[in-house]
Parts: sequence; structure tokens; C-alpha cells
Amino acid sequence: MSSTFLEQLWIARYVVLSGLGMSVSISLLAIVAGSVFGVFVGLALVYGGRPLRLLVRAYTDIIRGTPVLVLVLASYYVSAAAGLDLGPFSAGVLALAVFCSSHVGEIVRGALQAIPRGQTEAAKAIGLTFTQTFTSVLWPQAMRQCLPAWVNTAAEMVKASTLLSVIGVAELLLRTQEIISRNFMSLQFYFLAGALYFIVNFSIERFGKYVERKTVLPS
Amino acid sequence: MGYTLNFAAVWRSFDLLLSGLALSLGLAVVSIFIGAAIGLVTAFALTSKSRLIGAPARLYVTVIRNLPILVLVLFAYFALPQMGVRLDKIQSFVAVLAIYSGAYLAEVFRAGLLSIPRGLTEAGLAIGLTPMQIRGSIIAPLMLRNVLPSLSSTVISLFKDTSLAAAIAVPELTFAARKINVESFRVIETWMVTSALYVATCFLIAALMRLVERRLALPR
Repeated sequence: MSSTFLEQLWIARYVVLSGLGMSVSISLLAIVAGSVFGVFVGLALVYGGRPLRLLVRAYTDIIRGTPVLVLVLASYYVSAAAGLDLGPFSAGVLALAVFCSSHVGEIVRGALQAIPRGQTEAAKAIGLTFTQTFTSVLWPQAMRQCLPAWVNTAAEMVKASTLLSVIGVAELLLRTQEIISRNFMSLQFYFLAGALYFIVNFSIERFGKYVERKTVLPS
Repeated sequence: MGYTLNFAAVWRSFDLLLSGLALSLGLAVVSIFIGAAIGLVTAFALTSKSRLIGAPARLYVTVIRNLPILVLVLFAYFALPQMGVRLDKIQSFVAVLAIYSGAYLAEVFRAGLLSIPRGLTEAGLAIGLTPMQIRGSIIAPLMLRNVLPSLSSTVISLFKDTSLAAAIAVPELTFAARKINVESFRVIETWMVTSALYVATCFLIAALMRLVERRLALPR
């Protein structure tokens, strides 16, 4: 083969970029949906009545005990068998969001339980309602506590987005495989994909460290 | 919805799932043991005072932890042969999972090393042990006991990562499940049983780790 890596990269530039864009959108969707749902999971784990707590505990334990790849495959095949026409993209994002929600739920639970009980009692003593206590006393503190683990989960989700290539979502890894099947430069293009994932995740990690420094409670 | 669950097809192929689970566990055990050795050496390097030793270890941990494991799996199986490194499916997957778990375990071990009081190293020096002897017979055993609680979740997540071997057609649990899925079309049942097997195994690993933790707990 006479063409060089750079020539092949130039030919495939839009394919690589669209794959990267797809990976980023999958991750963003999954993180946002999973975090919103995860906050409710966390709340249910801390403040829910016994039946609700047990139900949500079973949900998080089952999701956390199952590999993401199995969740992705199950979501894809089961949704089709159940008559829902989700398609690979929605089924994959759903699986990642569910996975994300169980992790965020655990993080939120840990953060809320780490706040001393005295604070809730003090809030009650000055006459705040539960909603007021939660929004102005507990949540701001819990947020700060959650942040490092939450950023970790976000980076985890970018990595997990690669699994959608298995059900045929044209994200970065599947695009890379397509390019390689055309030019056989597996070494170079897997390297490129790895470098792109590294850049995305490393930036998330750095950004997380920065936000953590900015929001840390003065002690 | 008039769907009735019918597990007959899944039970008929249950042997396939069980042998898949056995292979998953085998892959996990072998890779995690190699990974633990890599992680231990890396953790000592990370806490070393010399930048020459610390910097490469930090680079290894940062790079591996920020890469998706599926990219590493495909890279090792499809791209390494271009460089003349030919490994079969299982070898290349074990190599990847070992290197991957090494980076995660290194962070766990590093946190454990930092919790060991300096006095113990000094005491070791005072009775005439070499630095290597101090690491091997004083620091490492204590550190391993200290990190057992956080080790459990890392080990479970590494066990779950064995599912990615399905991407290169290693016949482990997820691969077996996909096979049964397409052969029987009992989609819901197949994935319910597979998921249940993974969850049960994770619970067993967690229980086992708690047992080891209690057995090895330092007397207070």
C-alpha cells in the first residue's frame, strides 16, 4: 500500500469527526438523563419508605452487578422483543443512562448520609419545611461531596459509550473499525481512537479537579 | 401484553451459560492476579521519592485509566499482530485485562501505602532489614489488609469487564448469552438469566471478600 497514514486520515476525516461527535452526544445524553434519574434514586434510597427503599436498592444492586455490555445488549434485544421500536441509538443511550443512574444514586446516597444529623435537626428547629431544608441546607453540601465521584462517573460513561459499537451505533469506535476495514491500518487508527478517547477523558478529569478546587468547603 | 415467559430454551442451553461463566471467572482470576502484581510494583513506584521511577508509573496509570477497555481489547487482538506480536484470543484478552486492572489496583494500593505510618519503615531499618525486605514483609502485608474493603469493588468491576471478551469471540458468559439469544429468540428470558448469573456472582465475590476481610482484620 503506497498511501500514508496522513493521506488515509485526510480521506476519513469526516468519518472520524462524526464518530467523535456521536460518542460525545451519546455520553452527554446518558450523563444528563442518568444524573437526573440518579438523584431521585439517591433520594429514594435515603428518604423513601421501606417498600420503596427495598425496590430501589434491588434496582441499583441488579444494575451494578450486571456488566454494561450485558445491559446494552439486553436493552437492544429486549426492547425489540417487547415491541418497542427503540433502534440501536435509543436502546444504547437508555442502557447507559440506567447504568449511570444507579451509580449516581449511590453517590448521592453516600453524600446525603455523610451530612451530620444535627444539621437536619437544626433546620427543623428554626422552622424550615423539609423541602426548604433539603434545597438550602442539605443539597448544597451534598453537591460538593458528590462532585469528584460524579466526574469519575462521567468519564466512565464516555468509556462505556464504546460498547454501543457492538449494537451498531456509529460512534467513534465503530467508525474506526469501518475505516480499518477499508485501509487495513489497524495499528494507526486504533491508536488514533485511543488518543481521542484519552483527550476527552483526560479533559474531563482535569476539569473535575478544577471544579473540585473551586467548590471545596473551607475547613 | 400477552407475553408468557418460557425458559425451556434457556435451560436447554444452560450448560453453555455455565461453562461461559466458568471461563469468565477464570479470565478474571488470572488477570487480576497478574494485575495485582503489576499494581503492587506500580504503587511502590508511585510513592517512590525518585521522579525517574514515579513519572513512568504515573504515566501508565493515567493513560490506561483514561482509555476505554474495549479499545485496548481490540487493539491487542487486531493491531498488535501488525507489530509482530501474535497472541490468541484468550492470551490477548488476559494481557489487556491484567494491564488494565494493574492501573486500577495501583491506585487502590497507593492509597493503602500512604496510610502506613513511617515509623514502621524506620523500625524495619533499625533492626537491619533492607528496603526490599521492609516492603515485602512489613509494608505490603499490612497495606493489603488495609485496602481489602476498597479492593472488593475494584475486583467486582474487573470481573464485569470480562464480558468484553465477547467482542473478540471468547466464549465467555456474554458470548454464550448472545449465541442462545440468536438461536432461540427467547430474548427476554436469555438476558434475565444471564444478568442474574452476573449479579449472583458479584454478590458471591462481595461476600467472599468480606469473609477474607474479617479473617485478616488486624486485632484492635
